Amino acid sequence: MGEQLAVYRRLVAASVRSQLAYPTSFALQCVAQAVVQLEDMMIIVVLFTRIPAMGGFSRQEVLLVYSLAGMSFGLAHLMVGSLDRTAQLVRTGQLDGLLLRPLPAMAQICACEFALRRAGKVVTALAVLGYVLATAPITWTPLRVLLALLTPLTGLVLLCAMWVAAVAPTFWLVEADELPNTLTYASGMFTSYPVSVFSGWLLRLMAFVIPGAFVAYYPALAILGKADPLGLPPLLRYSAPLVALLAAGVAALIWRAGLRHYVGTGS
Amino acid sequence: MAWRLLWFAVLACYLRLIRAGFRRYASYWQAIIAGLATNVVFGFMRCAVLLTVFAGGSWVAGYDPSRTVTFVWIGQGLIAVVLLWGDSEFGERVRRGDVAVDLLRPVDLQCALLAEDLGRAGCALLTRFSGPLLIGGLAFDLTLPGWAGRWAVFGLSVLLAVLVSFGLRFVLNLVAFWLLDWRGLHSLYAVIAGLLAGLVVPIGFFPGWARALIWATPFPAILQAPIDIAIAHGAVPPLLLHQLAWVVILLAAGRWVLSRAVRTLVIQGG
Repeated sequence: MGEQLAVYRRLVAASVRSQLAYPTSFALQCVAQAVVQLEDMMIIVVLFTRIPAMGGFSRQEVLLVYSLAGMSFGLAHLMVGSLDRTAQLVRTGQLDGLLLRPLPAMAQICACEFALRRAGKVVTALAVLGYVLATAPITWTPLRVLLALLTPLTGLVLLCAMWVAAVAPTFWLVEADELPNTLTYASGMFTSYPVSVFSGWLLRLMAFVIPGAFVAYYPALAILGKADPLGLPPLLRYSAPLVALLAAGVAALIWRAGLRHYVGTGS
Repeated sequence: MAWRLLWFAVLACYLRLIRAGFRRYASYWQAIIAGLATNVVFGFMRCAVLLTVFAGGSWVAGYDPSRTVTFVWIGQGLIAVVLLWGDSEFGERVRRGDVAVDLLRPVDLQCALLAEDLGRAGCALLTRFSGPLLIGGLAFDLTLPGWAGRWAVFGLSVLLAVLVSFGLRFVLNLVAFWLLDWRGLHSLYAVIAGLLAGLVVPIGFFPGWARALIWATPFPAILQAPIDIAIAHGAVPPLLLHQLAWVVILLAAGRWVLSRAVRTLVIQGG
Protein backbone atom coordinates (compact mmCIF):
# COMPACT_ATOMS: atom_id res chain seq x y z
CA MET A 1 0.00 0.00 0.00
CA GLY A 2 2.75 2.42 1.03
CA GLU A 3 4.73 1.48 -2.03
CA GLN A 4 1.72 1.98 -4.29
CA LEU A 5 1.15 5.40 -2.78
CA ALA A 6 4.75 6.34 -3.54
CA VAL A 7 4.34 5.25 -7.18
CA TYR A 8 1.09 7.24 -7.42
CA ARG A 9 2.84 10.33 -6.01
CA ARG A 10 5.64 10.00 -8.55
CA LEU A 11 3.24 9.66 -11.46
CA VAL A 12 1.33 12.75 -10.30
CA ALA A 13 4.57 14.71 -9.90
CA ALA A 14 5.72 13.71 -13.40
CA SER A 15 2.36 14.73 -14.88
CA VAL A 16 2.45 18.10 -13.12
CA ARG A 17 6.03 18.73 -14.30
CA SER A 18 5.02 18.13 -17.90
CA GLN A 19 2.16 20.64 -17.59
CA LEU A 20 4.50 23.26 -16.10
CA ALA A 21 6.70 23.00 -19.19
CA TYR A 22 4.41 25.59 -20.80
CA PRO A 23 4.06 28.07 -17.93
CA THR A 24 2.02 30.75 -19.76
CA SER A 25 -0.49 28.25 -21.03
CA PHE A 26 -0.69 26.61 -17.60
CA ALA A 27 -1.30 29.95 -15.87
CA LEU A 28 -4.05 30.87 -18.35
CA GLN A 29 -5.73 27.51 -17.83
CA CYS A 30 -5.67 28.03 -14.05
CA VAL A 31 -7.23 31.46 -14.52
CA ALA A 32 -9.89 29.98 -16.84
CA GLN A 33 -10.85 27.43 -14.19
CA ALA A 34 -11.02 30.09 -11.51
CA VAL A 35 -13.18 32.28 -13.76
CA VAL A 36 -15.60 29.40 -14.51
CA GLN A 37 -16.28 29.12 -10.80
CA LEU A 38 -16.59 32.90 -10.52
CA GLU A 39 -19.14 32.92 -13.36
CA ASP A 40 -21.32 30.43 -11.52
CA MET A 41 -21.30 32.83 -8.59
CA MET A 42 -22.15 35.78 -10.85
CA ILE A 43 -25.22 33.92 -12.11
CA ILE A 44 -26.45 33.57 -8.52
CA VAL A 45 -25.69 37.22 -7.79
CA VAL A 46 -27.38 38.43 -11.00
CA LEU A 47 -30.51 36.34 -10.29
CA PHE A 48 -30.64 37.74 -6.75
CA THR A 49 -30.80 41.29 -8.12
CA ARG A 50 -34.31 40.26 -9.26
CA ILE A 51 -35.52 38.11 -6.33
CA PRO A 52 -35.21 38.10 -2.50
CA ALA A 53 -34.99 34.29 -2.08
CA MET A 54 -34.36 31.18 -4.18
CA GLY A 55 -36.08 27.95 -3.13
CA GLY A 56 -36.48 29.40 0.39
CA PHE A 57 -32.79 30.37 0.62
CA SER A 58 -31.30 33.87 0.95
CA ARG A 59 -28.33 34.96 -1.18
CA GLN A 60 -25.80 34.20 1.57
CA GLU A 61 -27.35 30.79 2.14
CA VAL A 62 -27.29 29.89 -1.57
CA LEU A 63 -23.66 31.04 -1.75
CA LEU A 64 -22.83 28.72 1.18
CA VAL A 65 -24.26 25.74 -0.73
CA TYR A 66 -22.50 26.92 -3.91
CA SER A 67 -19.08 27.30 -2.26
CA LEU A 68 -19.23 23.99 -0.35
CA ALA A 69 -20.24 22.20 -3.55
CA GLY A 70 -17.61 24.12 -5.54
CA MET A 71 -14.83 23.01 -3.18
CA SER A 72 -15.89 19.36 -3.40
CA PHE A 73 -16.40 19.42 -7.17
CA GLY A 74 -13.09 21.20 -7.81
CA LEU A 75 -11.20 18.65 -5.74
CA ALA A 76 -13.06 15.70 -7.29
CA HIS A 77 -12.41 17.07 -10.80
CA LEU A 78 -8.73 17.38 -9.90
CA MET A 79 -8.45 13.88 -8.49
CA VAL A 80 -10.61 11.74 -10.80
CA GLY A 81 -11.53 14.04 -13.74
CA SER A 82 -9.04 12.23 -15.98
CA LEU A 83 -11.20 9.11 -15.79
CA ASP A 84 -13.10 10.76 -18.66
CA ARG A 85 -10.35 9.30 -20.87
CA THR A 86 -11.26 5.73 -19.95
CA ALA A 87 -13.39 5.04 -23.05
CA GLN A 88 -10.55 6.31 -25.23
CA LEU A 89 -8.06 4.03 -23.44
CA VAL A 90 -10.37 1.07 -23.98
CA ARG A 91 -10.86 1.92 -27.68
CA THR A 92 -7.17 2.25 -28.39
CA GLY A 93 -6.20 -0.74 -26.26
CA GLN A 94 -3.87 1.40 -24.17
CA LEU A 95 -5.61 0.02 -21.08
CA ASP A 96 -3.72 -3.25 -21.61
CA GLY A 97 -0.50 -1.52 -20.72
CA LEU A 98 -1.96 -0.04 -17.56
CA LEU A 99 -3.31 -3.41 -16.40
CA LEU A 100 0.17 -4.93 -16.57
CA ARG A 101 1.64 -2.44 -14.12
CA PRO A 102 1.60 -2.94 -10.35
CA LEU A 103 -0.79 -0.06 -9.57
CA PRO A 104 -4.61 -0.18 -9.89
CA ALA A 105 -5.74 0.98 -13.34
CA MET A 106 -7.98 3.68 -11.85
CA ALA A 107 -5.09 5.22 -9.91
CA GLN A 108 -2.91 5.20 -13.03
CA ILE A 109 -5.55 6.87 -15.23
CA CYS A 110 -6.08 9.56 -12.59
CA ALA A 111 -2.38 10.14 -11.96
CA CYS A 112 -1.14 10.15 -15.55
CA GLU A 113 -3.13 13.27 -16.37
CA PHE A 114 -3.37 14.97 -13.02
CA ALA A 115 -4.63 18.34 -14.30
CA LEU A 116 -3.35 20.74 -11.68
CA ARG A 117 -5.09 23.64 -13.47
CA ARG A 118 -8.37 22.41 -11.96
CA ALA A 119 -7.12 23.68 -8.61
CA GLY A 120 -8.09 27.13 -9.95
CA LYS A 121 -11.72 26.24 -9.28
CA VAL A 122 -10.95 25.22 -5.70
CA VAL A 123 -9.22 28.52 -5.00
CA THR A 124 -12.27 30.58 -6.05
CA ALA A 125 -14.67 28.34 -4.14
CA LEU A 126 -12.48 28.53 -1.04
CA ALA A 127 -12.39 32.33 -1.21
CA VAL A 128 -16.18 32.55 -1.50
CA LEU A 129 -16.58 29.98 1.30
CA GLY A 130 -14.36 32.08 3.56
CA TYR A 131 -16.38 35.20 2.76
CA VAL A 132 -19.72 33.47 3.36
CA LEU A 133 -18.66 31.81 6.62
CA ALA A 134 -17.41 35.18 7.91
CA THR A 135 -20.50 37.19 6.93
CA ALA A 136 -23.47 34.79 7.09
CA PRO A 137 -25.51 34.84 10.33
CA ILE A 138 -24.32 31.49 11.71
CA THR A 139 -24.34 30.61 15.44
CA TRP A 140 -21.19 28.54 15.70
CA THR A 141 -21.19 25.38 17.80
CA PRO A 142 -18.38 22.77 17.90
CA LEU A 143 -20.55 20.42 15.83
CA ARG A 144 -21.14 23.06 13.16
CA VAL A 145 -17.42 23.90 12.98
CA LEU A 146 -16.69 20.21 12.52
CA LEU A 147 -19.32 20.00 9.78
CA ALA A 148 -17.92 23.04 7.97
CA LEU A 149 -14.48 21.41 7.92
CA LEU A 150 -15.72 17.93 7.07
CA THR A 151 -18.26 18.76 4.35
CA PRO A 152 -15.81 19.56 1.52
CA LEU A 153 -14.25 16.14 2.18
CA THR A 154 -17.47 14.10 2.37
CA GLY A 155 -18.64 15.97 -0.73
CA LEU A 156 -15.36 15.05 -2.41
CA VAL A 157 -15.90 11.35 -1.64
CA LEU A 158 -19.49 11.53 -2.93
CA LEU A 159 -18.59 13.29 -6.18
CA CYS A 160 -15.61 10.96 -6.79
CA ALA A 161 -17.96 8.00 -6.31
CA MET A 162 -20.42 9.51 -8.82
CA TRP A 163 -17.58 10.11 -11.29
CA VAL A 164 -16.33 6.53 -11.06
CA ALA A 165 -19.85 5.09 -11.32
CA ALA A 166 -20.64 7.34 -14.30
CA VAL A 167 -17.48 6.46 -16.23
CA ALA A 168 -17.65 2.69 -15.66
CA PRO A 169 -20.46 2.10 -18.24
CA THR A 170 -18.09 3.32 -20.98
CA PHE A 171 -16.35 -0.07 -20.64
CA TRP A 172 -19.42 -1.30 -22.52
CA LEU A 173 -20.27 1.83 -24.54
CA VAL A 174 -16.79 2.59 -25.77
CA GLU A 175 -17.75 5.36 -28.20
CA ALA A 176 -19.90 7.33 -25.76
CA ASP A 177 -17.10 9.40 -24.23
CA GLU A 178 -19.48 12.22 -23.45
CA LEU A 179 -22.18 10.15 -21.75
CA PRO A 180 -20.69 10.36 -18.21
CA ASN A 181 -20.98 14.18 -18.47
CA THR A 182 -24.74 13.89 -18.02
CA LEU A 183 -23.96 12.73 -14.49
CA THR A 184 -20.60 14.25 -13.55
CA TYR A 185 -20.72 17.86 -14.75
CA ALA A 186 -24.48 17.92 -14.27
CA SER A 187 -23.98 16.97 -10.61
CA GLY A 188 -21.46 19.79 -10.41
CA MET A 189 -24.21 22.23 -11.36
CA PHE A 190 -27.01 20.50 -9.44
CA THR A 191 -25.17 20.44 -6.11
CA SER A 192 -24.32 24.18 -6.35
CA TYR A 193 -27.97 25.14 -5.74
CA PRO A 194 -30.34 24.29 -2.88
CA VAL A 195 -32.15 21.15 -4.05
CA SER A 196 -35.45 22.88 -3.20
CA VAL A 197 -34.97 24.90 -6.42
CA PHE A 198 -35.71 21.71 -8.38
CA SER A 199 -38.80 19.51 -8.39
CA GLY A 200 -40.33 16.33 -9.79
CA TRP A 201 -38.23 13.56 -11.35
CA LEU A 202 -35.19 15.83 -11.65
CA LEU A 203 -35.15 16.37 -7.87
CA ARG A 204 -35.69 12.70 -7.05
CA LEU A 205 -33.04 11.51 -9.53
CA MET A 206 -30.26 14.04 -8.93
CA ALA A 207 -30.75 14.55 -5.17
CA PHE A 208 -31.53 11.07 -3.90
CA VAL A 209 -31.00 8.32 -6.50
CA ILE A 210 -27.69 10.01 -7.28
CA PRO A 211 -27.03 11.33 -3.77
CA GLY A 212 -26.48 14.96 -4.83
CA ALA A 213 -28.42 16.41 -1.88
CA PHE A 214 -25.76 15.12 0.55
CA VAL A 215 -22.82 16.92 -1.11
CA ALA A 216 -23.65 20.41 0.16
CA TYR A 217 -27.39 20.87 0.71
CA TYR A 218 -27.98 18.84 3.89
CA PRO A 219 -24.68 19.82 5.54
CA ALA A 220 -25.49 23.49 4.76
CA LEU A 221 -28.90 23.11 6.42
CA ALA A 222 -27.16 21.79 9.55
CA ILE A 223 -24.56 24.59 9.56
CA LEU A 224 -27.26 27.24 9.11
CA GLY A 225 -29.63 25.57 11.62
CA LYS A 226 -32.36 25.80 8.98
CA ALA A 227 -35.45 23.63 8.59
CA ASP A 228 -35.61 21.52 5.41
CA PRO A 229 -38.09 23.14 2.98
CA LEU A 230 -38.73 19.63 1.62
CA GLY A 231 -39.82 18.51 5.12
CA LEU A 232 -37.67 15.34 5.26
CA PRO A 233 -36.38 13.90 8.61
CA PRO A 234 -33.88 16.26 10.32
CA LEU A 235 -31.44 13.38 10.88
CA LEU A 236 -30.66 13.41 7.12
CA ARG A 237 -28.58 16.57 7.52
CA TYR A 238 -25.92 14.65 9.50
CA SER A 239 -25.96 11.56 7.31
CA ALA A 240 -23.55 12.78 4.59
CA PRO A 241 -20.49 10.78 5.83
CA LEU A 242 -22.51 7.56 5.93
CA VAL A 243 -24.01 8.15 2.48
CA ALA A 244 -20.52 8.95 1.16
CA LEU A 245 -19.13 5.62 2.41
CA LEU A 246 -22.07 3.76 0.90
CA ALA A 247 -21.68 5.56 -2.46
CA ALA A 248 -17.95 4.81 -2.54
CA GLY A 249 -18.69 1.12 -1.98
CA VAL A 250 -21.29 0.99 -4.77
CA ALA A 251 -19.00 2.89 -7.16
CA ALA A 252 -16.12 0.49 -6.46
CA LEU A 253 -18.37 -2.49 -7.30
CA ILE A 254 -19.54 -0.90 -10.59
CA TRP A 255 -15.98 -0.04 -11.61
CA ARG A 256 -14.81 -3.55 -10.83
CA ALA A 257 -17.61 -5.02 -12.95
CA GLY A 258 -16.59 -2.74 -15.82
CA LEU A 259 -12.93 -3.66 -15.56
CA ARG A 260 -13.84 -7.38 -15.51
CA HIS A 261 -15.88 -6.89 -18.69
CA TYR A 262 -12.80 -5.54 -20.47
CA VAL A 263 -11.12 -8.19 -22.57
CA GLY A 264 -8.71 -6.06 -24.58
CA THR A 265 -8.76 -5.23 -28.26
CA GLY A 266 -6.51 -8.12 -29.25
CA SER A 267 -3.55 -7.81 -31.53
CA MET B 1 -17.40 30.77 -71.19
CA ALA B 2 -14.19 29.46 -69.68
CA TRP B 3 -14.62 31.76 -66.70
CA ARG B 4 -18.10 30.48 -66.08
CA LEU B 5 -16.88 26.87 -66.13
CA LEU B 6 -14.19 27.72 -63.61
CA TRP B 7 -16.75 29.29 -61.31
CA PHE B 8 -18.88 26.16 -61.50
CA ALA B 9 -15.88 24.01 -60.66
CA VAL B 10 -14.98 26.15 -57.64
CA LEU B 11 -18.56 26.18 -56.42
CA ALA B 12 -18.89 22.41 -56.83
CA CYS B 13 -15.69 21.94 -54.85
CA TYR B 14 -17.02 23.95 -51.90
CA LEU B 15 -20.39 22.17 -52.06
CA ARG B 16 -18.52 18.87 -51.80
CA LEU B 17 -16.62 20.17 -48.79
CA ILE B 18 -19.92 21.12 -47.13
CA ARG B 19 -21.24 17.63 -47.77
CA ALA B 20 -18.05 16.03 -46.47
CA GLY B 21 -18.30 18.09 -43.27
CA PHE B 22 -21.89 16.96 -42.81
CA ARG B 23 -21.18 13.28 -43.36
CA ARG B 24 -18.10 13.28 -41.18
CA TYR B 25 -20.06 14.40 -38.12
CA ALA B 26 -23.12 12.30 -38.93
CA SER B 27 -21.05 9.12 -38.69
CA TYR B 28 -20.39 9.51 -34.95
CA TRP B 29 -23.95 8.78 -33.84
CA GLN B 30 -23.02 7.46 -30.36
CA ALA B 31 -21.27 10.76 -29.69
CA ILE B 32 -24.31 12.65 -31.00
CA ILE B 33 -26.63 10.83 -28.58
CA ALA B 34 -24.26 11.30 -25.63
CA GLY B 35 -23.94 15.03 -26.39
CA LEU B 36 -27.70 15.32 -26.77
CA ALA B 37 -28.28 13.69 -23.38
CA THR B 38 -25.91 16.16 -21.70
CA ASN B 39 -27.59 19.16 -23.37
CA VAL B 40 -31.02 17.92 -22.28
CA VAL B 41 -30.11 17.29 -18.62
CA PHE B 42 -28.52 20.73 -18.36
CA GLY B 43 -31.59 22.19 -20.09
CA PHE B 44 -33.91 20.90 -17.37
CA MET B 45 -31.64 22.21 -14.59
CA ARG B 46 -31.26 25.64 -16.21
CA CYS B 47 -35.02 25.95 -16.58
CA ALA B 48 -35.52 25.19 -12.88
CA VAL B 49 -32.89 27.73 -11.79
CA LEU B 50 -34.10 30.54 -14.10
CA LEU B 51 -37.76 29.98 -13.27
CA THR B 52 -37.06 30.89 -9.61
CA VAL B 53 -36.81 34.48 -10.87
CA PHE B 54 -40.58 34.55 -11.46
CA ALA B 55 -41.50 33.99 -7.80
CA GLY B 56 -42.38 37.69 -7.50
CA GLY B 57 -43.92 38.58 -10.88
CA SER B 58 -44.59 37.19 -14.30
CA TRP B 59 -42.28 39.46 -16.35
CA VAL B 60 -38.51 40.03 -15.85
CA ALA B 61 -36.52 42.14 -18.33
CA GLY B 62 -38.98 41.41 -21.14
CA TYR B 63 -39.10 37.65 -20.45
CA ASP B 64 -42.09 35.70 -19.15
CA PRO B 65 -41.71 32.08 -17.92
CA SER B 66 -42.53 30.63 -21.35
CA ARG B 67 -40.00 32.87 -23.15
CA THR B 68 -37.41 32.03 -20.47
CA VAL B 69 -37.67 28.26 -20.93
CA THR B 70 -37.65 28.77 -24.71
CA PHE B 71 -34.44 30.78 -24.24
CA VAL B 72 -32.96 27.81 -22.37
CA TRP B 73 -33.95 25.13 -24.90
CA ILE B 74 -32.93 27.05 -28.02
CA GLY B 75 -29.66 27.88 -26.27
CA GLN B 76 -29.02 24.25 -25.33
CA GLY B 77 -29.76 23.27 -28.93
CA LEU B 78 -27.47 25.88 -30.45
CA ILE B 79 -24.40 25.00 -28.30
CA ALA B 80 -23.31 22.29 -30.73
CA VAL B 81 -24.43 24.18 -33.86
CA VAL B 82 -22.18 27.18 -33.13
CA LEU B 83 -19.54 25.13 -31.22
CA LEU B 84 -19.85 27.53 -28.31
CA TRP B 85 -16.80 26.23 -26.43
CA GLY B 86 -14.57 26.63 -29.50
CA ASP B 87 -12.62 23.93 -31.31
CA SER B 88 -8.94 23.24 -31.70
CA GLU B 89 -8.73 21.01 -34.77
CA PHE B 90 -7.22 23.58 -37.13
CA GLY B 91 -4.90 24.89 -34.41
CA GLU B 92 -3.72 21.33 -33.86
CA ARG B 93 -2.92 21.06 -37.60
CA VAL B 94 -0.91 24.26 -37.34
CA ARG B 95 0.96 22.95 -34.29
CA ARG B 96 1.80 19.64 -35.99
CA GLY B 97 2.79 21.35 -39.23
CA ASP B 98 0.04 19.68 -41.33
CA VAL B 99 -1.09 23.17 -42.27
CA ALA B 100 1.71 23.22 -44.86
CA VAL B 101 -0.26 20.61 -46.84
CA ASP B 102 -3.49 22.59 -46.39
CA LEU B 103 -1.84 25.67 -47.86
CA LEU B 104 -0.71 23.75 -50.95
CA ARG B 105 -4.27 22.84 -51.92
CA PRO B 106 -5.77 24.81 -54.82
CA VAL B 107 -8.65 26.17 -52.67
CA ASP B 108 -8.73 29.16 -50.37
CA LEU B 109 -7.90 27.92 -46.85
CA GLN B 110 -10.41 30.10 -45.01
CA CYS B 111 -13.22 29.31 -47.45
CA ALA B 112 -12.48 25.58 -47.39
CA LEU B 113 -12.55 25.44 -43.59
CA LEU B 114 -15.74 27.52 -43.59
CA ALA B 115 -17.41 25.16 -46.06
CA GLU B 116 -16.58 22.16 -43.90
CA ASP B 117 -17.82 24.00 -40.82
CA LEU B 118 -21.14 24.81 -42.52
CA GLY B 119 -21.61 21.09 -43.23
CA ARG B 120 -20.84 20.28 -39.62
CA ALA B 121 -23.30 22.93 -38.42
CA GLY B 122 -25.98 21.53 -40.73
CA CYS B 123 -25.57 18.08 -39.22
CA ALA B 124 -25.70 19.58 -35.71
CA LEU B 125 -28.85 21.51 -36.64
CA LEU B 126 -30.65 18.30 -37.62
CA THR B 127 -29.56 16.35 -34.54
CA ARG B 128 -28.20 18.38 -31.62
CA PHE B 129 -30.55 21.35 -32.16
CA SER B 130 -33.82 19.63 -32.96
CA GLY B 131 -33.41 17.03 -30.17
CA PRO B 132 -33.37 19.41 -27.16
CA LEU B 133 -36.06 21.60 -28.76
CA LEU B 134 -38.33 18.58 -29.19
CA ILE B 135 -37.83 17.35 -25.62
CA GLY B 136 -38.11 20.86 -24.20
CA GLY B 137 -41.30 21.33 -26.21
CA LEU B 138 -42.81 18.17 -24.75
CA ALA B 139 -41.97 19.16 -21.15
CA PHE B 140 -42.67 22.91 -21.30
CA ASP B 141 -44.91 25.43 -23.00
CA LEU B 142 -42.48 27.07 -25.44
CA THR B 143 -42.90 30.41 -27.24
CA LEU B 144 -41.82 29.53 -30.77
CA PRO B 145 -42.22 31.62 -33.94
CA GLY B 146 -45.85 31.40 -35.03
CA TRP B 147 -45.41 32.03 -38.75
CA ALA B 148 -43.03 30.92 -41.48
CA GLY B 149 -41.52 34.40 -41.93
CA ARG B 150 -40.07 34.48 -38.42
CA TRP B 151 -38.73 30.94 -38.78
CA ALA B 152 -36.96 32.11 -41.97
CA VAL B 153 -35.46 35.13 -40.20
CA PHE B 154 -34.42 32.84 -37.32
CA GLY B 155 -32.76 30.52 -39.84
CA LEU B 156 -30.85 33.44 -41.33
CA SER B 157 -29.80 34.53 -37.85
CA VAL B 158 -28.52 31.03 -37.01
CA LEU B 159 -26.50 31.05 -40.26
CA LEU B 160 -24.98 34.41 -39.28
CA ALA B 161 -24.30 33.02 -35.78
CA VAL B 162 -22.37 30.10 -37.28
CA LEU B 163 -20.39 32.56 -39.46
CA VAL B 164 -19.52 34.77 -36.45
CA SER B 165 -18.53 31.74 -34.41
CA PHE B 166 -16.40 30.43 -37.31
CA GLY B 167 -14.74 33.84 -37.67
CA LEU B 168 -13.83 33.90 -33.98
CA ARG B 169 -12.61 30.30 -33.90
CA PHE B 170 -10.53 30.77 -37.07
CA VAL B 171 -8.63 33.73 -35.58
CA LEU B 172 -8.26 31.90 -32.26
CA ASN B 173 -6.77 28.84 -33.95
CA LEU B 174 -4.40 30.99 -36.05
CA VAL B 175 -2.71 32.04 -32.81
CA ALA B 176 -1.10 28.60 -32.90
CA PHE B 177 1.27 30.02 -35.57
CA TRP B 178 2.88 32.16 -32.87
CA LEU B 179 2.19 30.26 -29.62
CA LEU B 180 3.52 26.72 -29.32
CA ASP B 181 0.95 25.78 -26.71
CA TRP B 182 -2.22 27.78 -27.06
CA ARG B 183 -4.44 25.57 -24.90
CA GLY B 184 -4.51 28.22 -22.17
CA LEU B 185 -5.93 30.80 -24.54
CA HIS B 186 -8.40 28.23 -25.81
CA SER B 187 -9.78 27.43 -22.35
CA LEU B 188 -10.05 31.13 -21.57
CA TYR B 189 -12.09 31.57 -24.77
CA ALA B 190 -14.50 28.79 -23.74
CA VAL B 191 -15.01 30.41 -20.35
CA ILE B 192 -15.69 33.88 -21.75
CA ALA B 193 -17.92 32.67 -24.60
CA GLY B 194 -20.28 30.80 -22.26
CA LEU B 195 -21.02 33.89 -20.21
CA LEU B 196 -20.98 36.64 -22.84
CA ALA B 197 -22.92 34.75 -25.50
CA GLY B 198 -25.91 34.58 -23.15
CA LEU B 199 -26.04 30.85 -22.50
CA VAL B 200 -26.71 30.63 -18.77
CA VAL B 201 -28.49 33.90 -18.03
CA PRO B 202 -30.25 36.03 -20.67
CA ILE B 203 -28.10 39.13 -21.24
CA GLY B 204 -31.26 41.16 -20.50
CA PHE B 205 -31.08 40.03 -16.85
CA PHE B 206 -27.74 41.82 -16.35
CA PRO B 207 -27.57 45.42 -15.05
CA GLY B 208 -27.59 48.15 -17.76
CA TRP B 209 -23.85 48.92 -17.83
CA ALA B 210 -22.97 45.21 -18.16
CA ARG B 211 -25.52 44.78 -20.97
CA ALA B 212 -23.91 47.60 -22.99
CA LEU B 213 -20.44 46.10 -22.49
CA ILE B 214 -21.52 42.60 -23.50
CA TRP B 215 -23.31 43.77 -26.67
CA ALA B 216 -20.11 45.58 -27.70
CA THR B 217 -18.45 42.14 -28.11
CA PRO B 218 -19.19 39.63 -30.90
CA PHE B 219 -20.35 36.94 -28.44
CA PRO B 220 -24.10 37.82 -28.22
CA ALA B 221 -24.22 37.41 -32.02
CA ILE B 222 -23.47 33.71 -31.53
CA LEU B 223 -26.37 32.80 -29.23
CA GLN B 224 -28.43 35.63 -27.72
CA ALA B 225 -29.27 37.27 -31.08
CA PRO B 226 -30.85 34.20 -32.75
CA ILE B 227 -32.67 33.29 -29.52
CA ASP B 228 -34.09 36.81 -29.16
CA ILE B 229 -35.25 36.70 -32.77
CA ALA B 230 -37.01 33.36 -32.21
CA ILE B 231 -38.89 34.49 -29.10
CA ALA B 232 -39.60 38.00 -30.47
CA HIS B 233 -37.59 39.77 -27.74
CA GLY B 234 -36.49 43.14 -29.17
CA ALA B 235 -36.52 44.44 -32.75
CA VAL B 236 -35.13 42.20 -35.51
CA PRO B 237 -33.12 44.65 -37.73
CA PRO B 238 -30.61 45.80 -35.03
CA LEU B 239 -29.98 42.18 -34.02
CA LEU B 240 -29.31 41.09 -37.62
CA LEU B 241 -27.14 44.16 -38.24
CA HIS B 242 -25.07 43.41 -35.11
CA GLN B 243 -24.49 39.89 -36.41
CA LEU B 244 -23.75 41.00 -39.97
CA ALA B 245 -21.25 43.63 -38.81
CA TRP B 246 -19.32 41.04 -36.80
CA VAL B 247 -19.36 38.54 -39.69
CA VAL B 248 -17.65 41.13 -41.92
CA ILE B 249 -15.19 42.28 -39.24
CA LEU B 250 -14.19 38.77 -38.13
CA LEU B 251 -13.88 37.20 -41.58
CA ALA B 252 -11.75 40.17 -42.76
CA ALA B 253 -9.65 39.94 -39.59
CA GLY B 254 -9.21 36.23 -40.23
CA ARG B 255 -7.87 36.87 -43.77
CA TRP B 256 -5.48 39.53 -42.50
CA VAL B 257 -4.14 37.41 -39.63
CA LEU B 258 -3.77 34.41 -41.97
CA SER B 259 -1.69 36.46 -44.42
CA ARG B 260 0.61 37.50 -41.56
CA ALA B 261 0.71 33.98 -40.14
CA VAL B 262 1.74 32.35 -43.41
CA ARG B 263 4.82 34.61 -43.47
CA THR B 264 6.00 33.10 -40.17
CA LEU B 265 5.66 29.57 -41.55
CA VAL B 266 8.89 27.72 -42.22
CA ILE B 267 8.59 24.36 -43.97
CA GLN B 268 11.50 22.10 -43.11
CA GLY B 269 12.84 19.15 -45.03
CA GLY B 270 12.17 18.41 -48.66
